[in-house]
Amino acid sequence: MAARVQPDDFDVGAELADFGHRAGAVCMFVGLVRDLNEGRPVTAMTLEHYPGMTERELERIEQEACARWPLIDSLIIHRYGRLEPGERIVLVAVASAHRDAAFDACRFIIDWLKTRAPFWKAEDTEGGRCWVQARAEDDAAAGQWDTDFSERRRACGSAER
Amino acid sequence: MRVLYFAWLREKAGFAAEDVTPPDSVTDVAGLISWLRTRGGGPGEALADLSLLRIAVNQEYARLDHRIGRDDEVAFFPPITGG
Repeated sequence: MAARVQPDDFDVGAELADFGHRAGAVCMFVGLVRDLNEGRPVTAMTLEHYPGMTERELERIEQEACARWPLIDSLIIHRYGRLEPGERIVLVAVASAHRDAAFDACRFIIDWLKTRAPFWKAEDTEGGRCWVQARAEDDAAAGQWDTDFSERRRACGSAER
Repeated sequence: MRVLYFAWLREKAGFAAEDVTPPDSVTDVAGLISWLRTRGGGPGEALADLSLLRIAVNQEYARLDHRIGRDDEVAFFPPITGG
């Protein structure tokens, strides 16, 4: 398991070249800076974070994912600083024996990251700089994992490994 | 104790961090917020709306009733928007 917070870009291929030894499935997500937000052109995004707490929360999210699914490995890289449209913001990758766990854990990590890891985005538009508002949909997506996990645990009895 | 402000709370406060010495009557986060508001100025404005406020004590999420002491680090920030 690894989690990094950094200003520099990352090379997805290089990061995953030695990832997931002995795994049958690797699932990854990359988040990018979009050039539009609610119809308004965005010229740049600035990401702020809480050094120390950010790294700890990312590690905690990975530990939670490993507790819920049989993961062989996981990786989170999240950038901060000034980014332009099209640039990579975040990479989440997980490796597992089978694809069910890989897909679910990857989705879980990004859903939880978006409600727990202390980052804040500000966008530069023609109207000036404005802070992005948190979305109810992100809270709902994160909360759904608690509902799904409770129901799945009741249905299956124990985690399949 | 150290108080940190992030994102637009920092902009409203006017600075990113300050060292404060609240009175002994301040024993939890709620008390600290009330005391900071009475001092007025930027931090008072930044902490005006509790519904927009998230809290961490020593880099762990905390609630208003979390007890705090002089060696603690308390951070105030808006709902997060990473990822």
